[in-house]
Amino acid sequence: MKDFWRGGSLFVWVSASGVAISLLMVGGMLTLIMVQGLGQFWPAPLEEVMLTNGQTVIGQAVGEEASPSSINEQHPEGQTRYRFKVGNRDAFGSDFRWINGADIAARTTPLDLVGIERREWGPAYGRVLGVLDRGTNAVEEITAWPDILEAIREAQALHYRIQHIEREEVGDINRRIEAARLERRRLTLEGTFSPREQDKDSELAATMAGLEQEYHSKTSELESLYHRAEQKSLILKLSNGKTTRLPLAQVIAVTRPNAMGWFEKATTYVASLWGFVSGEPREANTEGGIFPAIFGTVLMVFLMTLAVVPFGVMAAVYLREYARQGAVVRLVRIAVNNLAGVPSIVFGVFGLAFFIYALGGSLDQWLFPESLPNPTFGTGGILWASLTLALLTVPVVIVATEEGLSAVPRDFREGSLGLGATRFETIRHVIVPCALPGILTGLILAMARAAGEVAPLMLTGVVKLAPSLPLDGQFPFLHLDRKFMHLGFHIYDVGFQSPNVEAAKPMVYMTTLVLIVVVVTLNFLAVVLRDRLRKRYATSGV
Amino acid sequence: MQQSSTAVSRFGNALTLRPTVSPVNVPADATMLAPTAGSKMQVRMLDFFYGKTQALFKVNLTIRQHSVTAFIGPSGCGKSTLLRCLNRMNDLVEGAKAVGRVELDGTDIYAAHIDVTDLRKRVGMVFQKSNPFPKSIYDNVAYGPRLHGTKDKRTLDALVQSSLEAAGLWDEVKDRLSHSALGLSGGQQQRLCIARALAVQPEVILMDEPCSALDPIATAKIEELIFTLKDRYTVVIVTHNMQQAARVSEQCGFFLMGELVEFGDTKTIFTMPRDRRTEDYITGRFG
Repeated sequence: MKDFWRGGSLFVWVSASGVAISLLMVGGMLTLIMVQGLGQFWPAPLEEVMLTNGQTVIGQAVGEEASPSSINEQHPEGQTRYRFKVGNRDAFGSDFRWINGADIAARTTPLDLVGIERREWGPAYGRVLGVLDRGTNAVEEITAWPDILEAIREAQALHYRIQHIEREEVGDINRRIEAARLERRRLTLEGTFSPREQDKDSELAATMAGLEQEYHSKTSELESLYHRAEQKSLILKLSNGKTTRLPLAQVIAVTRPNAMGWFEKATTYVASLWGFVSGEPREANTEGGIFPAIFGTVLMVFLMTLAVVPFGVMAAVYLREYARQGAVVRLVRIAVNNLAGVPSIVFGVFGLAFFIYALGGSLDQWLFPESLPNPTFGTGGILWASLTLALLTVPVVIVATEEGLSAVPRDFREGSLGLGATRFETIRHVIVPCALPGILTGLILAMARAAGEVAPLMLTGVVKLAPSLPLDGQFPFLHLDRKFMHLGFHIYDVGFQSPNVEAAKPMVYMTTLVLIVVVVTLNFLAVVLRDRLRKRYATSGV
Repeated sequence: MQQSSTAVSRFGNALTLRPTVSPVNVPADATMLAPTAGSKMQVRMLDFFYGKTQALFKVNLTIRQHSVTAFIGPSGCGKSTLLRCLNRMNDLVEGAKAVGRVELDGTDIYAAHIDVTDLRKRVGMVFQKSNPFPKSIYDNVAYGPRLHGTKDKRTLDALVQSSLEAAGLWDEVKDRLSHSALGLSGGQQQRLCIARALAVQPEVILMDEPCSALDPIATAKIEELIFTLKDRYTVVIVTHNMQQAARVSEQCGFFLMGELVEFGDTKTIFTMPRDRRTEDYITGRFG
């Protein structure tokens, strides 16, 4: 026994199990997220459940458990009850329904059951009876599947046309009107009224009137389109036997999961996955896609990188190459390291107070007085969020860069200085290039930390739903003052702030999975870059 | 035993093969202060300190132009310190202080108005451990000229070629100038470092034990090279290896514990050392 202890076999076991437990935890977490998240897009069968009391229920089985109230002395194991996602929130009041196992007479999966993804009120399940035209009040009996798809396709095309006019054309008119209004206000603020300025003012007023005209014509065009879109409705027979009208404009997609073959299911799966990654959120973020959040996260990390690398590297170069290594530098180093341990919300508060109120407020007074009291930079935005995170991650970059710099052999410095290079030339041409892998290591750590931070962003510019992306085709293309969406905040919002938490659960897992993928991808790119640089600047080749 | 006998025979060969130099019998003391004809650098009453530790004591010597001067002595004797004083590389060491004069063409290089980068351009250096930059062979050689303002591609090409030729490396690397310098062998790397130093067109080249990490064949090549270099440059070499000093140098200084014990014509020092300590060291009684 004593030998067993002294020989260290026990220690090997304990340390190895430490590794095993860590791997298990990470693996378990990833598996859970992937199963819960990726599973939701697979078209699950739609069941029609006959109850013993004569009712029918249509829905997807999503879970089962022993009913707590049924556990008594006669039935110690209790009775099983099943949870069905029945959809049709507008008709039934809730997306889910519990059904006791004892109440079920039969469960079938008829081929003609249809699942409909809607723009509002979540999914609808039932049978399609036909299409109603409101103009003629005639019901066209469309029940063949290709005909239903064709009707939906037409409605979709109309929807996209409306969306285009609303977003692009009307949006553009609005922007021009706003620009003209601000220009007029600026003239007023300047306070001089020379004849030339008077002319300019009236010219602007005329432009605005013209634009208003254009706006009205667009609005009437929109109205007629809306009218057309509302003409046709799908007539749907629900599980309770009632029929309901569903305007075609509300429909996003129809599927018949029970009639699908394996290949068709896979195609639908990929399509809905792509829709999730590339689409815009709907229904208070609980449905639709998360593209704006992915875009916001990546752009924010990118801007943060642009801000943090120059500052971090310069600070590290000074500390390592120029500063006299003494008590002061040691103190600075300790302070920098401690800065890395400050809770991130503290940085958020600082960002709010300094960047947004102080800096942004002054910028507004100075550069955009005409749009006050509406703030331009004096409110949260992607620039301030990126700078706040840059501040949060600068210690990581400094520490890693310093390590990289101190790993550059003294021989290189001497070699360069011996050729008559100045210190600056040596740092620029030899030392910093050789320390690049170290700098990139710092960058990787900084990016990983920044992509996962949520708390400071909530104070500095993240919103639940941003009307437009911070990067688009409108001049000046990159809108640093815009608020943005972020995957981390999206998870919090969907999971805890949405009106329909239960239905949004798969979205939480899916968004989490995407966040992990984004962080891993960013890191992977940086690691590849670092390895290439390492090869190029390998310090020994002999 | 066998090793020492071969060393002695090689040493003998080297002595007989070497071209004879007119014997200048210079005593290693204050009489050295008088500038000699053809002197390139002069060290006068130099004391050197690392913090509180004194590394050099009142060193006086004259380095002749277009000749090879060797510093020998056991480890820690101050020979490298003196070498690094000649282009002020010791400035980089914190707490280092030089008292006395080091002259280059009659100008004190420790004077206030001296531009250190300019000095190092005139007095180049090759280090103990070959230290090519992790760049291409071409960029290594072109590094110095580029810093000093040569931008023209053709001038640079010519300079790189002539430097590599002078370092005897051109034929070996002319087809792979864009390859990494770190792919070269140890001896080639050291010759590349010499070429890199030559590309700045210095007047004096300091070599700090340039062969200590090389095998005998690579060492022989470098020694040959040193021999050809002295036609155009003034070479100062620090070496551990007395045979090497005997083979390549014309003047030689023996250092012991920070003191220049003896300085003079290499032949004289190796055949008729005036100081007992020099004799003991050369004959291998210590060191």
